[in-house]
Parts: sequence; C-alpha cells; structure tokens
Amino acid sequence: MTMKRTEETMREEGRSGDREHRPNTRTTEVAGRSSGGVKSAEPVVTVENLSMYYGSFKALQDVNMRIDRNSVTALIGPSGCGKSTFIRSINRMHEIVPKARVEGKVILDGEDVYAPDVDPVRVRRKVGMVFQKPNPFPTMSIYDNVLAGIKLGGKRKKGELDEVVERTLRQAALWDEVKDKLKQGGTSLSGGQQQRLCIARTLAIEPEVILMDEPASALDPVSTQKIEDAMEDLKERYTVVIVTHNMQQAARISDYTGFFFIENMGDPGRLWEFDETSKMFSNPNRKETEDYVTGRFG
Amino acid sequence: MGFFKGLRRGHTTDTVFAGVALLFGLFIVLIMGGIIYQLWLQSSVARQEFGWGVLTSSEYNPGAEEYGALSFIYGTLVTAALAILIAGPIGVGIAAYLVEIAPERVNRVLGFIVELLAAVPSIVYGLWGFFALAPFLRDYVVPPLQGVLGWTPLFSGTFFGATVFTASIVLAIMILPTVAAVSRDVLRAVPRDQREGMLALGATRWETFQRAVLPYAMNGVLGAVILGLGRAAGETMAVTFIIGNKPELFTSLFAQGATLASQIAGQFPEAGGVTLSFLILLGLILFVITILINICARLVVRLVSRVPKGGVRA
Amino acid sequence: MSSIHGNPSGYGRRKLMDRVMTTLAYLCAAAAIIPLTWIIVYVVIKGLGAWDAEFFTGLPQLFGDGGGVRNGIVGTLVIVGLATLMGVPIGVMAGIYLAEYGNNRFGTVVRFLADTMTGIPSIVVGIFAFGLIVVNTGGFSAFAGSVALALLMIPVITRTTEEIIRLVPDSIREASLGLGVSRWKTILRVVVPTALSGIVTGVLLAVARVAGETAPLILTILGTNFPISANIFDGPSTTLSLQIYQLGAQPSPEVVEVAWGAAMLLVLIVLGTSILARVIFRGQSVRGR
Ligand SMILES: Nc1ncnc2c1ncn2[C@@H]1O[C@H](COP(=O)(O)OP(=O)(O)OP(=O)(O)O)[C@@H](O)[C@H]1O
Ligand SMILES: [Mg+2]
Repeated sequence: MTMKRTEETMREEGRSGDREHRPNTRTTEVAGRSSGGVKSAEPVVTVENLSMYYGSFKALQDVNMRIDRNSVTALIGPSGCGKSTFIRSINRMHEIVPKARVEGKVILDGEDVYAPDVDPVRVRRKVGMVFQKPNPFPTMSIYDNVLAGIKLGGKRKKGELDEVVERTLRQAALWDEVKDKLKQGGTSLSGGQQQRLCIARTLAIEPEVILMDEPASALDPVSTQKIEDAMEDLKERYTVVIVTHNMQQAARISDYTGFFFIENMGDPGRLWEFDETSKMFSNPNRKETEDYVTGRFG
Repeated sequence: MGFFKGLRRGHTTDTVFAGVALLFGLFIVLIMGGIIYQLWLQSSVARQEFGWGVLTSSEYNPGAEEYGALSFIYGTLVTAALAILIAGPIGVGIAAYLVEIAPERVNRVLGFIVELLAAVPSIVYGLWGFFALAPFLRDYVVPPLQGVLGWTPLFSGTFFGATVFTASIVLAIMILPTVAAVSRDVLRAVPRDQREGMLALGATRWETFQRAVLPYAMNGVLGAVILGLGRAAGETMAVTFIIGNKPELFTSLFAQGATLASQIAGQFPEAGGVTLSFLILLGLILFVITILINICARLVVRLVSRVPKGGVRA
Repeated sequence: MSSIHGNPSGYGRRKLMDRVMTTLAYLCAAAAIIPLTWIIVYVVIKGLGAWDAEFFTGLPQLFGDGGGVRNGIVGTLVIVGLATLMGVPIGVMAGIYLAEYGNNRFGTVVRFLADTMTGIPSIVVGIFAFGLIVVNTGGFSAFAGSVALALLMIPVITRTTEEIIRLVPDSIREASLGLGVSRWKTILRVVVPTALSGIVTGVLLAVARVAGETAPLILTILGTNFPISANIFDGPSTTLSLQIYQLGAQPSPEVVEVAWGAAMLLVLIVLGTSILARVIFRGQSVRGR
C-alpha cells in the first residue's frame, strides 16, 4: 500500500505530460510513463495488445491499458464498442460464451492471466465482478448471499463470518438497511439494495480488483448515489474498473478514464484514448473523445 | 353469452367457428369425464363386492374368491420408486451435461438420442429386458451384488431373470428421457446471470451448478422427477413382460412381483365376471395414483414460475 | 499476495470435486447412449434373421417355423390409420381452440386436462375404450382399438398444436384481419398454414407414440393369429406390437424369432417416423429464419 498515490500527484503528472497521441500506442505510453522518470505507481493489471473475438467477429482490437493499484478507472464509450467485452476479458468471464476467444496478454500482479497453467477460477478470486443487472441468489438469505463466495473456500467460524457480513455490508453502504433482516431472501430487497448486496458479496472474497459493468444503470438516482458513495471508500482497499454511460459519474468517481470507440461500422472496438480523468474531461487529445464527453454524440 | 351476442351482431361464421372450436375443447373435458365414468361403472361389481377392504388385503386368489389389491399397489409403488431412484440422478446428470458442459453439436445429437430413447415402444423394451438385459444381469451384475449385499433381505434369494430388479432397471431406462428432457428445459431456463454471479465469485463449474443453478431450478427438477415417477407407475407392457406377474408383498428385489398395470394386461384376456371387474378396479386405483402424481408434478413445476426470478423489484 | 498459479491449500480438493462431478456428468450422458445402442443393435441382430418372404406374407404359426406377421402389419396400418383419422382433426381443432380462444378459465381447464391426460397410463385409456365400445358393441374390434389410440394421440396433438400456433406472430394475424379477412378464415388460411410444419411434426410424433402402443390394444382388439377381421367394427384384430407381446412369450425359439422380426419392423417404423418428424421441423425452422 506504500505505492498509493494521492489524486493530486496523479493529476499533476497528467498535466505535465505532453505526448503525442495515437490510438493504438496510446496506453503503451501511459505504461511507459512510470519508466519515464515519474514517480512510479504499481500496476495491478496491465493489458497488452488485447484483441477479442466472438467466433469470427472481432469485437475488440489491440487494447493496451495499465490499471494502477487503488485507483478507479472508468470506461466509457458508445454502446457496442466493446467495454463489457473488455472487462470480461480481465477475469476471463467471457469464457462462458462459446467461441469467444482472446489474443494478447492480461498481466495481473506480474502473471499472465491467459498462461496455459492458469485456472480461471483462481483469477476470478482475485478479480471480482459486479454486473449490470443485480443478480443475488434468490434461494439464499441476505446473509448467505454475502458469504456465497467465502463459503466456497471451506468452513469458517460463525463469528468470523458474522464479522465479514457486517464489514462488507457496511462497505457497500447497505448494513443499516438490512441489519435487522439478514435472514430474509436476497430478492426481497429493492433493485438498488440488491446491487449493493452484490457488491458486498464481491467484497467478501477480498479481490484485488473489482470490475463493475454499468452497476448503476438500472437504478434510481438515490441508489446510484449510495453506490457511488460506497465506491469512494472502496478505493482505499481495492482497485476498481467501472463501465458507465453516465459521464458525470465517470468524472466524479474515477481517477482514470478510458474511451472506447468504433470509427466505422463493422470495425472492432478500440481504446481510443486513455488518460487521467481530469484530462479526459477537460482537454482530451482526440476530437471524438471531446465530442463524446461533451455529449455531442453517443 | 358471447356466442349469441356474436350471432346477433352478424359475425355469423366467425361465431360458429369459435363455437365449433369450443366444442372440440369441450371434447377433451368429455374424454376425461368418460374415462372416470367408465372406470367407475365397469368396476362397480368389484367395488360393491369387496369394499374398501380390497385396498388393504394382499391375498389374491380368484379360485378361492380372494381379491386383494395391496400386492399390486405395492409392486407398482416399489418398482416406480426404484426406477426413479436410478433414473432421477442420471436424468438430471444428463440434463446438467447438456446444459452446462456439452458443446452445441454434441448437445443436438445427444438430445436427439434421448428423444429416440423415448420413442422405442414399451413392448420392445420388454422383449429386450427379458432376453438381453435379464441374462446380462444374472451373469455379470447379480453375482457381485450378492457377494457384497447378499446378506440383506433386499438382495437375497435366487435371481431368475424376470424379477422386480430387472423390471425396475428397464423402467428406469424408459423414464430417463422424461426426467432428462424436462430437467434440461428447467435448467436451461435458469438465467445466465445466476451462473455468472457464482462464477465471478471464483466458483468452479460444479460449485456454480450446485450452489446457483440447481437451487434456482430445484422445483422444476423435482417436477421432472415426479413426472418420471408417474410414468413409471403407469408403464405396462415392459413390466408385464419382465416382472414375473406374481402377486406378492416381496421383500427381495430378486423376487417376482406384479404391478397394477401388469396384472390388468396379463390377466385381461382370460378374465370375466368378478375377476374382470376387479381388474378394472385395479385400473381405477392406478388412475388415481398416476393422476395424483401428475397433479403434484404440475403444481410443483407451476410453483417454479412464481418463484422470484432474482429480478429487480425497485 | 496469492498467485494465480499452482494450487493453494483447499483448492485442490475443490478442483478434484469439479473433475469428479464433470466425469459423472459425462457418464450420465453415456448412460443414455448405451441402452439405446444396445437395444437397437440387439433388435437388429435378432430380428434380421426373421425377415424373409414368409415373414411379410405369412401368418403366425405357434408350432413349426413361426410363420409371419402379415396380419399384424395390416392391422397396424389399419388401426393406426383409423386412429390418425379420428385423432388428428379433434386434436388440431382443440389445439386451435386453446391457442386462439383459450385465454379464459375454460381454456385453462381444458389445457390442464389435456396435460393430465398425457400422464394417464395407456392401459387406463384402454379400459375406457373397452367399456365404451367393446362392452356396448358386444365384441372386440379394430375400431375399438383405434379409438383407444386416437384418445392417446389427442392430448399430444392438442398441446403441440397450441404451442406451435402461439408461436405464429400476431403481426401475421393482424395483416390478414386488416385486409378485412374474417377471423376464422384468417385462422384456417393464414395461421394454420404458417404453423403447418410444426403441427405435422406433432402429429407424426403422436403417430409414432401410438404405433408402438400395446397395452390398450389387449383390451380392445385382443389379438389373433388369423387374418384380421375384414369388418373393422367386429372381430378381433392384431398389430405388430401386440404380436411381439404374444409371440415373444411363446416357448418355441422359432416363434420368438418372429417376434424379434416384428420388433425390428416396429422399431424401424417408430424411429423412422420420429426422425421424419424432426427433419420436417428442422427444415421449416431454418427456412423460417
Ligand atoms: N456473446 C456474444 N456473441 C457475439 N457477439 C457479441 C457477444 N457479446 C457481445 N458481442 C458483440 O461484441 C461487440 C461489443 O459488445 P459489448 O457488449 O462489449 O459492448 P459494450 O461496449 O459493453 O456495449 P453496451 O454499452 O451496450 O453495454 C458488439 O458488437 C456485440 O454485438
Ligand atoms: Mg456492456
């Protein structure tokens, strides 16, 4: 945790860098930043030349990205440009789609996630995921929903489990609302509460990285606010990658922003620009990024 | 009623057509009523003669005017239970393989094979069970089984081929398609996000199935199993050919027995008078048993559609 | 920081469990293939020997070489054909009723009864046909048998017809109704033809199911080793399925061999019909897309 930087220093670096911007090499430069004499942040995930296919359809091409520890990275872009595809490739969740396949590398803590001897189950233990639609397990109580992941690892003491439930529900800003009904079914909650339950469930397995695919898109503003509040605290302990269509949300909560874009219909999606959020929203290098964040299209 | 209103408004042919269609719907109701009526009518001699006692008596000896239905009810329930004990887990296993593991093409081929298994006529199962399976069991399965479990009453005695054991195994094969096909549909209906949710927590495929998919689909799978049980209870020809048709409250699975259906089919050609009426009474009992099982299954499956789907309620 | 390589304590056991259960699932799949293969191979091996000219032209001989099953072949065609003639119109019309007019309480009742009827043992349906026809007409007849089989077909056809017709998009109905075509003409000229291949598939599957039925026939046509009665309303008849039952239980191996021959023929008919049903439906669904 010594590697953690303050937001201020990161913003400084972002402004001081004056680099040329080409789409495909863009993130190599970001990655290169640490070697370029700037105070180094530790990358948790490094994505190198990642392309994704669904059968013969190429959904994503040559993505390079570096995700720093304890940062929040927002991924934005028009619908269908491969944001979900991208984050699913980080914890190998795309593998449940038959014929989906990946080229390139995803390095997690120095280890290639796609190395032949790596078990995706282990990857997902370190890289948790929250989905667009809340998906609590309907046959389990709130309590058991939170512990669903932990219980996979074997038996634990009741006291320890109680502690995990309370801690993670607090982190997910749900504890006060459910502490008196932990034994009720997970689906007895409202949509926003269900989503925070799913966040708590993911926190309980103590992943290093949490991927969130539009976690608030199906929710009302109050629930969204609560989830954003929760994320503010999550940054302390976790690294968060979040897909969102909500520009204000991206600007509010993230340190870095990646803009995915498809230039011509039928092309694969690309990471068009990736930079510190402040830069992306104030002075992006590419016109499409500016158009998108200012709402001119998308 | 709508019918006459329609006539008055002048949509004559439309209304007539709707009326005709309704008549055919009514026909289904009539058939069901007719079945119950005939069972009741044709069994009246036996019902009046034996009363409720017939259900609790296991003595069956038409020569001595003894008519008890218990051994047939017993045989039906025991063989059906044994069959579902075998076919239940295997059928759900097939469904799990089809939905969770098999690639698309294997899926289609295996699904087709399961369908064909359902299409093989009952009597062919009987012939095969008697001439092929029974000798196989006698030579290769029963000796080791008796070697280990021969001391229990369940597996004692000499195995003669046509036994409760053989009949139950054939029944299991016959209901396998029912269990597999219904549970496959049920498992398929489990939303993908349930699987994803569990996988994303670092669960293996088995853990995902066991902790997310199966609990979600539990009622439907239970319904599939109960449906299979109902089919096993009513299956006739294969059992008639294999079970030995000996009315007895057997304890060993290697003994011969009789079921309600096998008794009707086996004895009908020679039956007359009270015996015939008794056979139809057995049919009435069988009808009640299978209807109850079926309604149970459908209620359970219907409950599934009311289960919260894990959806957003906000 | 744990590595994603290697197996930490505890994970080995989970992984093993996953492997074991996966293997079990494969075994279950094999458990479906083995009996089907065994049955088909066995029936062919045993039945092929029985297939000669006499098998198709002769009558069963309980003594001697077993004879043939001409009467059973004819009987199967007649009885299943009659059953189809009676069962298809009723089943399809009831299906149309459920799909087009059945969204009310009575429709729910009919649907529930049709579902329940598919679960009634065929021998019970045989008892119904026995009580209704054999008892009232005073004797066994091909007609009684075909009524029993028709009753078995009806709920199957009704439910498949309903489900297929419900798949016909409303836009097709509206297009026709919009042109001023009346509802019943729309149903008969537009909706039913659109759903036709699905309905035919349902009918074929029902035919395949009843062609192999034996139990209800024992109670209605009794079976005979002589030529079947020319009068379908009077006199015992027989079918391949009934002959398998009756000849297969004979002591003489030659007679049993004829039963195997009949089994092979019946399996061929039934599986052939099922496969045909599949093919028709698949052809359609491809075109439909
Ligand atoms: N399972 C799949 N099979 C085939 N193609 C897919 C699959 N999932 C996504 N795609 C395709 O891949 C491309 C990228 O899809 P993806 O879901 O990653 O987009 P997205 O950026 O997340 O969009 P949205 O903002 O709408 O969620 C799209 O063209 C989509 O059609
Ligand atoms: Mg998406």
